[in-house]
Order: sequence, then C-alpha cells, then structure tokens
Amino acid sequence: MYSPQVADHIANPRNVGELDRPSGTGDVINEACMDRIRLTIRVEGNTLIDAKVKAHGCPPTIAAASVLTELIIARSLDEVELLTRKDIVDALGRLPPAKMHSAALAIDALRAAIEDVQR
Amino acid sequence: MRVYLDNSATTMVTREVIEAMLPYFSEEMGNAQSVHSFGQRAKAAIERARREVAALVNAAPTEIVFLSGGTEADNFAIRGIAEAHRDHGRHIITTKIEHPAVLATCEALERDGFRVTYLPVSSNGLVSVDDVRAAISDETILISVMHANNETGTVQPVEEISAAVREAREGGLKHLHFHTDAVQSVGKISVDVKQLGVDLLSISAHKIHGPKGIGALFIKRGTRLVKLLYGGHHERDRRAGTENVPAIVGFGRAAELARTHLDERMARMRELRDYLEREVMARIGNVKINGDIERRVPNISNLSFEGLDGESLLIALDLKGIAVSTGSACASGSLEPSHVLRALGLSRERIRGSLRFSLSAYTTREEIDYALSALEEVIARLRDMLPADEQEVSQQAVSLEPQI
Repeated sequence: MYSPQVADHIANPRNVGELDRPSGTGDVINEACMDRIRLTIRVEGNTLIDAKVKAHGCPPTIAAASVLTELIIARSLDEVELLTRKDIVDALGRLPPAKMHSAALAIDALRAAIEDVQR
Repeated sequence: MRVYLDNSATTMVTREVIEAMLPYFSEEMGNAQSVHSFGQRAKAAIERARREVAALVNAAPTEIVFLSGGTEADNFAIRGIAEAHRDHGRHIITTKIEHPAVLATCEALERDGFRVTYLPVSSNGLVSVDDVRAAISDETILISVMHANNETGTVQPVEEISAAVREAREGGLKHLHFHTDAVQSVGKISVDVKQLGVDLLSISAHKIHGPKGIGALFIKRGTRLVKLLYGGHHERDRRAGTENVPAIVGFGRAAELARTHLDERMARMRELRDYLEREVMARIGNVKINGDIERRVPNISNLSFEGLDGESLLIALDLKGIAVSTGSACASGSLEPSHVLRALGLSRERIRGSLRFSLSAYTTREEIDYALSALEEVIARLRDMLPADEQEVSQQAVSLEPQI
C-alpha cells in the first residue's frame, strides 16, 4: 500500500522535536481529518540551517513531515521557497491519490514557518 | 518475528485441514453429481463434511447448505427470505453494526421496495431486545442480528431476541423469520441453533482455520426462501453450481476440530487475550477497551490509544512484523471511520486511535509478548512525534482499571 520510503520514515522519523527559540514556526492542521504538522526552523542569513518537526496523523502525514526536514535543512531560502507538494511526493516515491493532502500539509507547514520568519 | 493478530479477518488453514483436502484435488477429483465411483466418493465426502458442520452448530445435516462463504450466506438468507415472503410484508429489521454483507443486501432491498429498520446499539455495542420488540410490525418478515460483532467481538442477545420473535409469531406474525450472522462466533464460543432459536445462521470456513471460498447457511427445516443462483439441482436444489469438493472437505475437517477442541481453544484464547489487555493497560497509559468487556468472544480485543492514529500504529506495527487492524478512517482504502465504532457513539479521536487484536487458537504467549514490546516501542515513538500540547492528551494518567 505504501512505498518503502514512507515505511522508512514511519520506522525512523527524521529530525523529530521542536527547536528552542526557532526563527519561525509553522503549525498547520487539515481540518477535514485533523492531521497536524508543527515545523520549527532556524534561519541564518539566507540559509535554513536547522529544522525539527512534530506530527499527528496517518502514515503519509508522518512521512511527509519527516521527509520535509530532509528537503530543507542546509538549503537556501530561495531553494526552499520553490518546494511544492510534488517534491514531497517524489521524495516519498509515491502516495496513494487519497493521501495527497499529506504532502500539501507539509508544504503548508513550510510556508507558514517561512512567513513567520519574515514577519 | 512475524505475529499474526488479525484472525477476525482470516485464519491460517491448519495442517490437518490441508491434508484432508489434498486427495480431492487429484485422485478423488470426481464431480459429486456423477453416477460413477469417482462422483459417488466425492458425494460421500461432501455428506461427511455436512454432518460435521451440522454437528458444530447442533443442526441436522439436511439443514446445512454449502455456498461460497459468509457473504453469500448473508445475501442468500436475507434476499431469499425477502423474495419468498414479500407478499406477506416488506419490512426488515437489522442493526447498524452488521457486516457489510448484511447492510448492503438490506440497502439493495430498500431500492426494491422494502423498508428496513437499522437498530442502534448501546455505548458498549449491544442491541436492545426492547428496541427489537418495538420495531416489529405486521409487515415484518425478517430480523437479522449478528451473533458476535467482527470489530468489537460483542455477543448480541440472540436468544432473547428469538424469544421476542416467538412471541410475535404466537401473536399472528407467521411469516417472521430470524437470521443471525455467526461468522465471528462459530468456533469461538458455543453456537447451537436450537438454543439460539434462529431460522437461518451464516458460517464461514476461513474464520475457523478452514479454506477461503466456502461457507454454509443453516436453514431450519420448513423455512421457505428463494434461491440466489439458478442452474442444476445441487444442495437439495437450494444452491446451483458444482460443489467445491476440496473446500467442503476442508470445511468439514475444520468444523470437526473446532467442535472437539472448543473448550480448550476458548480457554487458551481468553487467557492470552486477557493477558494482552492487562499488560497493555499496565504498560501503556490512556488505553480504552471498545465494546462490552463481559459479553464478547474470547479472541478479540478492540482497544483505543487516544491521541494516536490507528493507521500509523498499524503500519508501524506491520514494519515490525505484527498484523492487526484498525477502525480508523483511511485504513483499507475507506475514507469513513468504522460504522461499528461510530454506532457505539465513540468520539472521533477514540475511533481514530482504535486497533483490533484478534487471536486464534494457535496464538502463543511468545507472540503476545513480542507484540507487547513492539507496541510499547511504536507508541513511544509516535507519542514522541506529537506536538507538545497533544502529548499531554495522549499520555494522561495511566489507568490500571479498564475503562469503557
């Protein structure tokens, strides 16, 4: 049902936690299923130097939250801002059609965190 | 280690059953309708199996019809009665917690002009006999209430309902029939059609260590129902189609083992199921048991780990080789959470965090111990991932007492 990448992130979620005094926080909820991703990021200059994530939800949501941190840590904000849900899906191999909202939620968390930095 | 705790979905076929079946694929290949010795030997094997299945539920062999499984048995019972007795009334009573084979058949009959009452259940999953009584009208021709629920294992008051059915018949409702889906109770607790007082009872072989694709409907002598499949005059003209001889033979052997080992199997399953629950309660906080704790089959434990997602638990356990199931939304392709747990009136969060552990007579203590340690680890990992405010909810005070 799920790709080996999704399974791997469920078995070993990456960068779990919450940064102390982060540059920005994105805490988003999918109201339909109550899945939630809370992302904290640290930005120095134009670089996203660290990120930690927490998540509640179905396996794709947990995997999307986990893989998101891998896609953003040590990357420039310019690059990170260009990420879309497709990048999340690609990094996870695939997601069932009914679970695309998990990738969308991860991107929403990222956008919210970046906005919070810029605020 | 691989641990299968999803025996309510299906069970392994035991060695004795496989061995009983094997000759009927090859040297004993006869069509039971054939006149020659090959056919007659196949026919004799079917009749031996029929006696075993009948004995398992205390029926007469002529009251047992072999068919493709629990789904067909439910379809046949409900549609068969509805079509045979539609001139006497078009009202059916069932419950909100039935298996989809019953619910979808009832919904199809609604489109054919029948009226169906779907009775509610209490918060511990029990149908009220008074509700059944109150729902009976002059138009009622069929009541279908499952014996044990497949998700919670809750055992319904079938005997008491059958007393209500008798009263209604004595009051003049001669065409009222009573069906029970006993797919989850047969082989788990004592099932006796006479004691239960039912007219029709569905059985599936693959839930009792028999093969898939075979089941039976008990039809009390004298019960008139319209058949589903037309063709030859198989099964006393009640179910057309060449008999699946190896499967029927396997079903017969599985039934024999289920009957002769029932007491020891029940005791063994109950002991391990209760051990599992005790340990979960002691080692993992904020767990609740779903369904009635007393009135349930001995092999099912439906637990809610509130604040967590059942499907994530299921996948994480699967990665450790442990198979369970969940009533959470999105699992098994469905976007709707379990209709059974919703009927109990459980909160969305409690349904979301539900897991069903279902044991078999072959489950071992070592398997339960492995499952417990894996569960502890997986729950710790998923709770660690929760945002801090949700962690508080999920890790509330450890409750040692089972909570409903």
